[in-house]
This record gives sequence, structure tokens and C-alpha cells, in this order.
Amino acid sequence: MSDPAEISGAWTDAVEAMTLFAVDPNGTGISLRAPAGPVRDAWMAGLEAALPAGTRRRKMPATIGDAALLGGLDLAATLRAGKKIAQPGFLEQADGGVVVAMMAERLPAGTASILAAALDDGLLRTSPGPDGEGKRCRFSVLALDEGIEDERLCPALLDRLAFHLDLSAVSRHDISGAGPNPAAIAAARHMLGRVTLGDQALEALCTTAATLGAGFVRAPLLAIKAACAAAALAGREVATMEDAALAARLVLAPRATRLPAQEPDASDTQDQPDPPADSKPNDPDSDTATDMPPEGAEMLLEAAKAAIPAGLLAQLTGAEPFRPAKTGPGKAGARQKGGQRGRPASVRAAAPGPGLRLNLIETLRAAAPWQRLRIAEKPGGTGRIRLRREDFRVTRTEQLARTTTIFLVDASGSSALNRLAEAKGAVELLLADCYQRRDQVAVLAFRGRAAQLLLPPTRSLVRAKRSLSSLPGGGGTPLAAGLEAGFLLAETVRRAGNTATLVLLTDGRANVTLAGTGGRAEADEEAALAARRLRAAGHRSLLVDISPRPNEQARRLAGEMGALYLPLPFASAAAVSGAVRAASGRP
Amino acid sequence: MREPFPFSAIVGQEEMKQALMIAAVDPSVGGVLVFGDRGTGKSTAVRALAALLPPMRVVRGCRYHCDPAAGAGLCAECQSLPAPRAEEMAPVPVVDMPLGATEDRVVGALDLERALVNGEKSFEPGLLARANRGFLYIDEVNLLEDHLVDLLIDVAASGENVVEREGLSVRHPARFVLVGSGNPEEGELRPQLLDRFGLSVEVSTPQDIASRIDIVRRRDAYDRDAAGFAAKWAPEDAKLRQRIEAARALLPAVEAPDQVLEQATRLCMALGTDGLRAELTLLRAARALASLSGETVITDRHVQRTAASALRHRLRRDPLDESGSTTRVTRAMAEVFAA
Repeated sequence: MSDPAEISGAWTDAVEAMTLFAVDPNGTGISLRAPAGPVRDAWMAGLEAALPAGTRRRKMPATIGDAALLGGLDLAATLRAGKKIAQPGFLEQADGGVVVAMMAERLPAGTASILAAALDDGLLRTSPGPDGEGKRCRFSVLALDEGIEDERLCPALLDRLAFHLDLSAVSRHDISGAGPNPAAIAAARHMLGRVTLGDQALEALCTTAATLGAGFVRAPLLAIKAACAAAALAGREVATMEDAALAARLVLAPRATRLPAQEPDASDTQDQPDPPADSKPNDPDSDTATDMPPEGAEMLLEAAKAAIPAGLLAQLTGAEPFRPAKTGPGKAGARQKGGQRGRPASVRAAAPGPGLRLNLIETLRAAAPWQRLRIAEKPGGTGRIRLRREDFRVTRTEQLARTTTIFLVDASGSSALNRLAEAKGAVELLLADCYQRRDQVAVLAFRGRAAQLLLPPTRSLVRAKRSLSSLPGGGGTPLAAGLEAGFLLAETVRRAGNTATLVLLTDGRANVTLAGTGGRAEADEEAALAARRLRAAGHRSLLVDISPRPNEQARRLAGEMGALYLPLPFASAAAVSGAVRAASGRP
Repeated sequence: MREPFPFSAIVGQEEMKQALMIAAVDPSVGGVLVFGDRGTGKSTAVRALAALLPPMRVVRGCRYHCDPAAGAGLCAECQSLPAPRAEEMAPVPVVDMPLGATEDRVVGALDLERALVNGEKSFEPGLLARANRGFLYIDEVNLLEDHLVDLLIDVAASGENVVEREGLSVRHPARFVLVGSGNPEEGELRPQLLDRFGLSVEVSTPQDIASRIDIVRRRDAYDRDAAGFAAKWAPEDAKLRQRIEAARALLPAVEAPDQVLEQATRLCMALGTDGLRAELTLLRAARALASLSGETVITDRHVQRTAASALRHRLRRDPLDESGSTTRVTRAMAEVFAA
């Protein structure tokens, strides 16, 4: 997005989306992708004015634990009072208001799925109320996504949010125009119950959603909701095609996974060499696109198309269909995870809280010696054990760290000439091995000027294989950039509490520097530097030399990074597999 | 409480509906795994089915919904009650197991409240207890933490939850129909857990615009007026309920002729499915399907209509082979039944 018209359009759309959301906020939400700053603040201030006075907005940190989210027993108060005192969960308290999810891109899949399920029917099924059904909690979600590059909100939740806004390219100077009109919104809210949507508009929205590959069934349903809100704003009891067009632009366009095929023959195959990663074989790819859109759908399509920024398709085809938030919210999250799940390991003194399980026996044991003293200090209260905060013991648990094997593939021209195909064969064998060990795998490739993450850590071997077999070769060898990317990924894996093993397939002939310019000597030097960094960090690694003859450069590189060196000419696929096993320290 | 979406109003997804109904008629089939796209009505169907089922008789006040008519498999508390136990009716439970659930929430734990306030050692049942005699629904089951998977594998096999922790020693019945859903692109399911599911179905977004519009229209109507929509479909749902009740009554009487058994065995052999579990599940599913259509003898047709669900997830699988297991089952069926 560099076109100024597009940028100011993004802002206007964001204001319009905010207005529609304010008319009918319940059970849906907005995902706002923007860095913290004046633009986001301005938008938030607008939303505050648009929502009915007194609507509660509660900030939810991404690190919120399940216990805090769902509520439970208030331990300290219970002990003090000597009777059960419940602590309401965050979501329960958010009933009727807006949950503002901070750093939403870091939200773990578990938390996101609780939010998603509660959004669906306004019930917290995981914590039953008095009637055995879930507790009532109707709220809407404003997900503040500060992610850069491919960090993004968990799709299960994103799918349920009506408006996906991206203000990351908007600067303070682009903010223009009037904000929402609170009086009009209030009037629209009153009218909303009476608004209906005609058959033609409904069918057109469904068709448009299908043509854009915008997902089913929530995308068209959310678009209907938005169209009705737009009609109410305009004071119409029946939503018109104009309202539907607005809904298509705001709700459907940002979800597009393919551009409507104008000339389905040429442009389609050109723009999408492979089916996009998220289109399953049963995805209505071809048949719906060729279906003649019924009357009206074309108009909506035009509206939606206008809102799809140029160059989006390139992102879309490369976009990840899903990346489970395996890493959790940063270091704190990883630690908390370690405390919450897995096998009991040890006991330590700490107050129980979200994710920390009280070890009652140890707590009582800690309290026992003090009983007489405490009774003497404060007589009365028959027979109760006197517990104090400092007595609390919690069980620490540990989780077996999982191994993530990172394949770092040199797809440059020199390797392609040599034995990229053979290397791929070896990697496939390794993949089968990873499957047996239930390892995760990730695939990084480097060629031309930079490294590219083909597959973030996953357990789906089929996808790993697919991403490898479709890997093109050619171009220079940005070895340093590749090692750098491998190092960063390995660090991410380690932060999540797992072990990373790097498998580098290269001929070791670096000729592109980090800056993207040519120059063998400089590129070599940078590669050596990056390699030393890997060794210093202590990541286990293996270098498979894919040059035609064992090559001194590759051997030296292996030495620099402390990797096992394995020249492919002598390595059968099975030997490579064995070497990886040895490198990851397993029998 | 909002009315759940009526089961009979779900458009298409015939295989999923059939599998869920089979599990409702005969829970011993062992759970249903639903793999497929987001937004295909997986969780809607499970909740709808549970709401459709006739309420069950339970021992009054029992935390595990014990069946008063059952001789064995009662919880310890019910066993200690004198013979004519007080009864009440309860809806069939559907329990959601969230991905991030802690072990305590799932298996149950020491009742902290009573331990701290009264100094009593008592057991607070977890999700497994609540799911007894109902459905345990796990969305994104393929992303479930390994240690929870271990737990589930154990309980699903034995039908009993054994808790030995914090000085507690409790065992209680936990027989439930495990319903899991997920998207295989997002991760593989552990083979051991895969095997615990009796049936597996693949769902996909409907292809044609007409049924998409139909789905959106019904869903929209339901969102606007849940009670009215449910009332409109109540007669259809009632018919289905009667069909399930009749099938349950008929089930023990359904016969399996030797020749049909032989065909089922040959099919399993042709596919190289390991162990007896595949054949047993196929037979049970076919029997439940026969009883659902009011027939007292299993025929080849019943086997054919359940084979894909019962077998596709049990094929010995090359992790890198992308050819669908459904295709392989269909091919094997064509060979076996042509002979």
C-alpha cells in the first residue's frame, strides 16, 4: 500500500467499519492491525465516541491465563472468610461490553478458541452456571494486532470478527474526514431489529463471498449483519444493494483469498502458479468462479474488488493458511506453560494463581510447625488450620521439549545445477523420520537475495513435502542471510521451550552479501560470522554438502558453525537420516 | 438459554450426520472424528444432536449422571445407595474440552474449596465426569497437548476415570462419545488417538452456490429468531428423535448374516487395516445404520455406506502419500463387492 488514495481509503473504511460495528457490536468484532501510535489512538477515540455511553471496554493481555479468563475460587479471600468466595472470570465481567485484546497476534490458540467459542453463542460452556449450561457472556472483540510480517491473529478467532482493518500504512497526516456520528448510530441501533435483507442482496453476498474465496459460512453471515447495520444507519427498513455493496467492501474484500477472475484463463494461471496453500482439494475453486454470478452479485464484486489493494494477491498466495500460536506469548508465556501442564517435577513456595497448581500436602506440611504459635498469637476460631500466604506451595511441572528440525535449503543456481533434486530426496526421507518421532519441521530456503520461510514449524508433513517439492532453484547464494534466518527461527523455537536442530543443505559457495549485493569475499566473511553466531548460541546443526565433490568451503563453514559435516556424494539418503538423528542426540 | 440449531435444519453434510446418529444409537461404536474446513457446522451438528436426543434417566443428585437401571458401572456413591434409587431426568450432556484445559479441569481434582474451608478431602469432578453418558467435544483435537491426549486415550478405552493424586483415590465411570474436529492441514493426530475414534468423516464447504445460499439463509433466520426457527423445525426434529429411539430399541435384535461378515472382513483385509477393531467398528456401525432404517438384518448396502467412515482413518499410511484414504476405501470396496 503506497498509493496515497489507497491509504486514505483505508482510513475512511476503518471509520465506516467502526460505525457499523458500533451499531451492532454483539457477538462479533474488529481486528485492527496497526502499530501502537497516534493513528491507532485516533481510531480508538473514534470508537469510544461511537459506542453507546457506558459501554465497558476491558483490556485483555495476551498472557491472560485460562483461570483468569474463566474465573474460579478466590483463594486468599476464601481463606480469610472461611467460606467459598468465587472470583468472576474476565469474560464474565466483560458481558455486554467490548473485550480489547492487546497484542492479539500473540494470543495463544487455547485462549483464542475460548474467545471464539464464547462469541459463537454468547455462552461460556467451559464454566457451567447454575443451570448446567454455560454462563451467559455476550461481548464483542476488538483485537489489536501489532504483528509484523507473518505474525497474525489466530484464524479461528479472526474468522469470527467481522471487520479486518489494516492501518499499518496510515500515518497521522492521512487521517481526515469526520468521525462517526453518535446520534445517528444511536438511532440506527434502535431501528436495527426491524431491518431485513432482501433475497437478491442475500444471494449476491453469498455469491460474492464464494467468488472471492472469503470463507464460509461466517463471512456471508457477517456481511449480512453489516449490510443490515448500514441500512439502519441510512434509516431504511430493507437493506438495499447499496448496503450490501458496502458490506462486501468492508467485510468480504479483506478476506479474499483470490481475485475474481475476469479472464479466468490467462490471468488466473499466471497469478497463481500453484493453488493457494489454503485451498483444499475440495475448495470450490474452479466451479464457483466459472459460475455465472447472478444479477447484483457483479455489482458487489466490483465494490469488493475496488477495496482489494493491488499486490494483495501476491501476499495471499504466499500467505500462511494457519499458524497455530505454538510459541505462546513470549518468554513469560513459555514459562507459564511450563508451570501449568506436563508432569509434576518439583515443589516450590509461591502463591497459587493462574497456571500454578496448589500442592495441598506440601502447603499443610509447611503450615504445620507454626500452628501453635499462630493460635497463641490470635486465639479463637476452633480447629481451623491457620494458613498464611507464605505457606503456599505449588507444584512445578515440566514438559518434554519437542524437537523442531529446521531445514535450511540452498536453492541457488549453483546448487540447483548440482544436486538440489537429490538433496530434496534426502530431505523427504528425513521428513518421514520426523513423522515417526513426532518432531516438528520447518523449511527455510535461500536464493537470489534473501531467505524465505517456506513453512513455519508444523507437524504437517504433507505440507512440508509440498513446500519442498515446489521449491524453485536459481539465483545467487545469500548464505549469510540464510544462516541469519535459520538462527532467528532456531531462537524462536528455543524460546517456546523446544529444541531446534538445523539441517543446512548447501554447497557453501556464498556470493551474495546481507545487503543483497554481489561479492564473494565479503559474502563468505558474513556467512562465517553468521555461522559462528549459530555455534555460540549452541544450536545443534548438520551441514549436508550438496556440491558435486566434497568441498573445502562447505567443510570450513561446518567447522565455523560447529555442525556435523556430511558430503552428499558419500551420503546415501539413509546415512543423512542417521546423521540427523545423531545430531539431535537421539538413539 | 437460546434454542440450539435444529439438527434437521442442517443442510447437506450427510456423512457427518449419519456418523453422529450412528454414535447416538450405539455409543460403543466409539466416537466420531470430523476433519475439514472451518465453518462447516461441526460443532453446530454435535450440539444439535445432543439437544435432539431424548433426556436420560439419572440417579438424582449423582455427579456422574449414573443410570439407575444399570447393574454395573455405577459410581461409588450410587452403589452405596439402597436399591430403588431416586431418579430424575437430565438432558444428554455435551461437554466442551478447551485446548488449553489443565489436567485438573479434565480429570477432576481435590476440591480446594472444601479442603481449605472445612479441611475435608473431597473430589471435585472434572470435564470427564460431566461428559459421562454424553458427548465430549474437542474442537481442534489435533492441536491438543500430548499429555491430555494420553489421558483421553486411557479413559476412552476403559470407560473409567481413575484419579490418584493429592491423596485422593477416586474412580468413576466416564463413558462418553468422543467427538473431535479439526483441520488436518494444521497438524497430525497421534495414531493412538486416531484409533480410538470409531468413525471419521471428512467435511467440506458445499460447492454449489444454491446450497450455500440455503445455509446462510437458514443460519440468518436462526440468528434473528432462534425460538421461532426451532419451532418451525420441531416436527422434523421430533421425527428424527423417534427414529433414533426406535433404532435403539431395535438394535439388539439386528442380525449379521455370515456372508455379510465375510464381506466386511474381506474389505478390511484388502485395505490392510490392523487388528480387529476395524472390523468390529464396521460391523457395529452397519448394525446401527440398519436399525436406523428399521431393518433387522444387516446387508452389504449397510456395510458399504459405513465403510468409508469406519475405515478411512485406520489405513496404514505413508505420511508422504497424499492420495486420499477415501479413494482407497472406495477402490477396495469396488473390488470386494464386485467379486
